[in-house]
Amino acid sequence: MTDQKVKANAIGLTRSDYRGERSTLCPGCGHNTISAQIMRACFEMNIPPDKIVKFSGIGCSSKSLAYFLKQSFGFNGLHGRMPSLALGAAFADTSMKVIGISGDGDTASIGIGQFIHLVRRNLRMVYIIENNGVYGLTKGQFSATAEKGLELKHQGKNPFVPIDIAKEALVGNASFVARSFAGDPKQLRVLIKAALSHKGTAVLDIISPCVSFNNREDTLHSYQWGRQHEAPLHDISYIPTRKAIILDEFKQGEIKEVTMHDGSVVILKKLDQDYDPTNKLQSLQILEEAEQNNWLVTGLIYVDPDQPSLYDYMDLIEEPLNRLSSERLRPNKDSLDVINDSML
Amino acid sequence: MGIPVSGKNIFPSNIKGLPTWFSIRVSDDGYLARVAHDDIIVQMNPTTFQDDLNYDIPGGVVFYADHINLPIEREDVIVYPMPVKDLIRSAGVPHDLRDYMQNMVYVGIVGQILGIGMEFIKEALLRQFKQKPSVAESNFAIVKLAAEWAKTNLEKIDRYRAEVREPLDEYIMTDGNTAGALGAIYGGFQFCGWYPITPATSLAESLGMFAPKLRKDQKTGKNTFAIVQAEDELASIGMAVGAGWAGIRSMSSTSGPGISLMTEYMSLAYYAEVPLVLWDVQRVGPSTGLPTRTGQCDLNLVYFLGHGDTQQLVIIPSSVNECFEFGWKAFDLAEQFQTPVIVLSDLDLGMNLWMTKRFVYPDLPIDRGKIFWESDLEEHDGEWGRYLDIDGDGIPYRTVMGNKHPDAPYFTRGTGHDEFGKYSEDPEVWMRNMDRIKKKFDTAREKLPKPIYREMEDAKIGLIAMGSTESAVIEAQDRLADMGLLTDFMRVRALPFPKEVKKFIKSHERNYVLELNRDGQLHQIMIIEYCDMTDRLISLSYIDGLPMTADWIIKTVVRKEHVRND
Repeated sequence: MTDQKVKANAIGLTRSDYRGERSTLCPGCGHNTISAQIMRACFEMNIPPDKIVKFSGIGCSSKSLAYFLKQSFGFNGLHGRMPSLALGAAFADTSMKVIGISGDGDTASIGIGQFIHLVRRNLRMVYIIENNGVYGLTKGQFSATAEKGLELKHQGKNPFVPIDIAKEALVGNASFVARSFAGDPKQLRVLIKAALSHKGTAVLDIISPCVSFNNREDTLHSYQWGRQHEAPLHDISYIPTRKAIILDEFKQGEIKEVTMHDGSVVILKKLDQDYDPTNKLQSLQILEEAEQNNWLVTGLIYVDPDQPSLYDYMDLIEEPLNRLSSERLRPNKDSLDVINDSML
Repeated sequence: MGIPVSGKNIFPSNIKGLPTWFSIRVSDDGYLARVAHDDIIVQMNPTTFQDDLNYDIPGGVVFYADHINLPIEREDVIVYPMPVKDLIRSAGVPHDLRDYMQNMVYVGIVGQILGIGMEFIKEALLRQFKQKPSVAESNFAIVKLAAEWAKTNLEKIDRYRAEVREPLDEYIMTDGNTAGALGAIYGGFQFCGWYPITPATSLAESLGMFAPKLRKDQKTGKNTFAIVQAEDELASIGMAVGAGWAGIRSMSSTSGPGISLMTEYMSLAYYAEVPLVLWDVQRVGPSTGLPTRTGQCDLNLVYFLGHGDTQQLVIIPSSVNECFEFGWKAFDLAEQFQTPVIVLSDLDLGMNLWMTKRFVYPDLPIDRGKIFWESDLEEHDGEWGRYLDIDGDGIPYRTVMGNKHPDAPYFTRGTGHDEFGKYSEDPEVWMRNMDRIKKKFDTAREKLPKPIYREMEDAKIGLIAMGSTESAVIEAQDRLADMGLLTDFMRVRALPFPKEVKKFIKSHERNYVLELNRDGQLHQIMIIEYCDMTDRLISLSYIDGLPMTADWIIKTVVRKEHVRND
């Protein structure tokens, strides 16, 4: 056994403490890469598994919930309706890190309504869409994110224009929108970390190729197309706490920093063009340009670290609601007498 | 108030401009049900003038605004015209307030003719306009003016009069939705996800009104609850399931159309064994139907709610007071049995005003059911399976998120799972698990609220009903007895039925099952449960959108009995 394997993180846990059940998804499925990066991000961020709770809807993506973090509570809910499930549960203990896994079938069709309402409420959670443009579990139908003109084996040609989930999120006033690619695990991991540090809903639209039904080299959601067309907006890094020395190292290139709600810093190093992810107009523009030019833009598309979250409107007690003793849940008898008297 | 009274607002699905009726039942015998015909009618609306005249009993009274220039063809009623517009004008009421003040004219005139003391009317106005005493004063000025006018210009020739009595101490007056919300607050609700729908809306709104006053944490002054208005019922129930699963007392409220939308999550909650409380305040009909009218049309829907072998626990309050009681009890039941509990109310109960017994403070401590925290798991050395029946009652132990014990977390799924929550398609496992859930429901059967009886000596006929029709049944039962027809009344309060229901049916030659729906749904369920006693069960049901009357019960029961005797 090598040292690498048993190396523990700052809270004394090893990588295996973040594992899930063995994946039953197809070998090479993009979703497995995403699961692996979630595990690694949580390990590296030293988050205890009991402080994480996982939710999903229905589909291949949603099955993957079982394949990471088996020491965390999880709930595999209904098709397209994971946002409401997560929202209700989150109130039981607002200190939990909430991770939601969805797919393009789950989010962009039946779930589009709950998705938009989740981002508009800005519940603190990471919302990952494992986006492959196709229905896997029902064997290869078009999803709403499939590009116009896509040809699938039993379906023929897709006549409809796709839904762009990142764009929908932006228009829905999401406070954190990123896009990544399962073929770029390093960037993906950084984005997951940034998302876990966000105080509102962090939307991660991840192109995650389906090796069984939609991975032809000329199609938008394939590995090869992604590798050839990926256009990162920036070189992105994440540092858990602001440290001057580390920041200095980055200063060599042109960088932009975004300080997240928990004090961590996302560092965006300039690539081809200037890009400011705190500028919503620019974010919308880049997505529009990407669509017109067939670029797979990846990176942090938009972020507003300070947008109030749902909890900010609730004036909730800090202790977990699900640990409050019964005595603290029932008003006293005198208060009922007052109510009775007021209804005479 | 010295006499039991109920008030019903009968209104169309509309904001303003269409006719509405407010009917008040006052009865020395304490009956609160709607009556089909009225003693005293106050007519302010020309649109319904002629129709409404027909609802007055012979010898009854009609007060009407005299600008309604229509013929009165009945000679068997006593008629008092009211110069509403003239009095308002002479009082110098500004134009923009005239419509609002018109009501005060009839209050003054009716008060004068019936002999209701002006001091009581003033007190009522001051209560109504608690925040604005000046508004109460200006309204009262019109009342006084109108009363003076009546004193000078009208001769009392009817037989009705008001008299002062000692107030009924043990009674309050409110509606079932307010009561249900208060019940939930005293039951320790912590989360409500809801979506507006008549006639359930005021339940969640009452939560929002009372909870911030009653449920602030004593130490920190912060809320111990959260209420979220969802984007639709698909989401409101999703939120409620999430919250219930995560270990907080969770609820939602809706009406029939909303229940339809909630069906899939309710199936998941049944199978994943998630506690939550769901109020169905029933309205009428499929689709939009009659959204502002009352009925009992959702019984089959809620009892069998879900796909693939489901059944739900349903409790059915019949009074405002019981809405409060079931409001808190529902949470204990949901958590004891780790399953949704549906509280089946209706518009008549939920939105109308009723005299009811004072709310009684919960006589049982909050029961969180079988829940394992860290120390419990330590005691059991981690020997635990989420769906493992240790006690033989079909009810497993659950853990909830945040529990730090390494054996606590499990993966909740709607897919086939074994005793430990692991995915399984094994036929044996599936059957075992579903049979255990059935066992859990059989345990619940005897723990839900038992029937309430109103019996008469030597009665051979049973009357069976549920919910808000109770008041009509009680009245009918007394009047039938006066006619020589003795009955025993059993009010069913929960489904699945406990064994007492069978005993009651068996001990009566004939049982009339009375309900406000077209097909006799309670009767249908009884036929399924007691197929060996179908000859003892007779369905009497109808639905027209209005609360049941004693007249209807008497008429239909007597007809059935006569047919038998002929």
